Amino acid sequence: MLSYFLRRVLYAVPIAVGVTLLVFMLLHMAPGDPVNAVAGPDAPADVVEALRRAYGFDKPLPYQYLLYLGRVLTGDLGVSVATGRAVAGELAQAFSNTLVLALGAALIGFVAGIGLGGVAGWHKGTIVDHLATVVSLVGVSVPHYWLGMVLVILMAVEANLLPAMGMGSTPGEQLRHALLPVLTMAVIPTGIVARSVRAAVGETLEREFVQALKAKGLRRGAIMLHVVRNVSPTIVAVLGLQFGYLLGGSILIETVFSWPGTGFLLNEAIFKRDLPILQGIILMLALFFVLLNLLVDVAQAALDPRMRRA
Amino acid sequence: MADTPLLSVSGLSVAFDTPRGTAKAVNGIDFGLDRGEILCLLGESGSGKSVTLRALMRLLPERRSKIGGRVTIEGEDLYALPERRVEDLRGKTVSMVFQDPMLAFDPVYTIGRQIAETILRHEAVSRAEADRRALELLEKVQIPSARRRLDAYPHEMSGGMRQRAMIALALACNPSILLADEPTTALDATVQMQVLLLLRRLQAETGMAVIMVTHDIGVAAETADRVAVMYAGRIVEQGTAAQVLKTPRHPYSVGLFASTVHAGLKHQRLDAIPGAPPDLTALPAGCAFAPRCPRREAACEVAPPPVTATADGRSVVCVSAAALARS
Repeated sequence: MLSYFLRRVLYAVPIAVGVTLLVFMLLHMAPGDPVNAVAGPDAPADVVEALRRAYGFDKPLPYQYLLYLGRVLTGDLGVSVATGRAVAGELAQAFSNTLVLALGAALIGFVAGIGLGGVAGWHKGTIVDHLATVVSLVGVSVPHYWLGMVLVILMAVEANLLPAMGMGSTPGEQLRHALLPVLTMAVIPTGIVARSVRAAVGETLEREFVQALKAKGLRRGAIMLHVVRNVSPTIVAVLGLQFGYLLGGSILIETVFSWPGTGFLLNEAIFKRDLPILQGIILMLALFFVLLNLLVDVAQAALDPRMRRA
Repeated sequence: MADTPLLSVSGLSVAFDTPRGTAKAVNGIDFGLDRGEILCLLGESGSGKSVTLRALMRLLPERRSKIGGRVTIEGEDLYALPERRVEDLRGKTVSMVFQDPMLAFDPVYTIGRQIAETILRHEAVSRAEADRRALELLEKVQIPSARRRLDAYPHEMSGGMRQRAMIALALACNPSILLADEPTTALDATVQMQVLLLLRRLQAETGMAVIMVTHDIGVAAETADRVAVMYAGRIVEQGTAAQVLKTPRHPYSVGLFASTVHAGLKHQRLDAIPGAPPDLTALPAGCAFAPRCPRREAACEVAPPPVTATADGRSVVCVSAAALARS
């Protein structure tokens, strides 16, 4: 198990390096001179030249990459073109805001999804199953930005119960502000997790060893424990992926609710052509995915002895 | 207790609802099992042997199957018992060895844990005691370096070793009836014989009764006290192993044994039974074997043939039973 863990961590290193290379190339793959993207179209020639030297754009590409890598490793992600503030600081703030939404949505979505899917899979083919399937289908199919807007209209505009935008300052206020976006974000993972859990539980119950457990005289509860142990590696993978999407894919939700997270920041950066911010967000989200995958793999190996050999 | 039969089955029938209609897998079978006896259910795939075995533990899915007739175990009517009581019987009074141990063990639990689990379920012993018993069982089924194998996962063992472990699990609570569903089919030929010998030795040691399902006449000859031949969900012939295997009477048994390869028949023509087993969703009104039978008469296709029992304790289900007994 330990050797598997170390090996898996080592595998993550080249992937992470590859991510930095791609993000670095992003700047150079964008059409035009990268320095123009930084300086803007109207900058005078001497400013452009000074920036070119300051950013190291006059050096050969491989050297530039090494410089970039060095800066990333020391936590220097550059300076935002729009605000002039350090990218790392902006990102940290936005990321912690997004984390509030993602953790809340994950908690609700995972608990509801596992509950719904578990019940549906265990009672496959019954009315309970059909109901749960309808609920999860709706969850996957409803466009969540639309749901967000409907919730805003119903809860904030019409009923005036909850705030529609921003995130408030005190913890209590923050909770009230977070409620609508968290609920909206939880809908998709609820549906996807429910469907995966239902499929995994249903499939496991069909397997011969469940008959063998029954033949040993085990009762429902004990058999259920075996089923849980068997489906958990699959479910952990789904949860990991969904959590990644929650962190990275909240652009629409954060825009609808004006929540100052990474999605909101990303949206702004795209419209303002703020390349350093863009690079920073993509790098961070990609590295986070690498980390999540690592955690999922290790968790799977801990749960399923057959995976330790891979 | 001594005069109640260990197991008795009368008129057992099992039908499954399938998208193509009702599949009649077992169609009214009767047999009994005495203490310490080994009975072999012999037949082709789809003849209802495995379904019969599972019906004896009430393991068939209740929503999808219709079960008729009566099964009594130590005098208790299996299908009249509450589920809780049946759960107490499973693994304790009656236990099962599955065909493919790779599929029948939970892949994410160790072998030792799975054996101890059964003991803890049925007996009020400590975890340590259950573990000790699990080790003893693995030694009893002759698994090399048994102590190390307790912590092994099913995928870390060879096929033969897994089946030994499966047998150890089935014996965990000293059952009076062991049901073995083609226990050697998933194994290599050399390992098959070892596992059979092991089963026979354990049966002799413990005095348990065994019902062994097999399509392999060699297995039946090697182990059985009595043999019941199944075709299309019916027992067409039963008797002692010597009677049925040496002088089969039912035309199906005769054809089945003639179509089996063994060393003495080298360079001879192998007689296959013409035709194919019937569709279980559309069984004929009369004898299910009639369309393939060389001794077919008009009466065969009208109604199912009666059971003809003879004084020597064997029974044949065929209209020509009397004539067959003379020949």
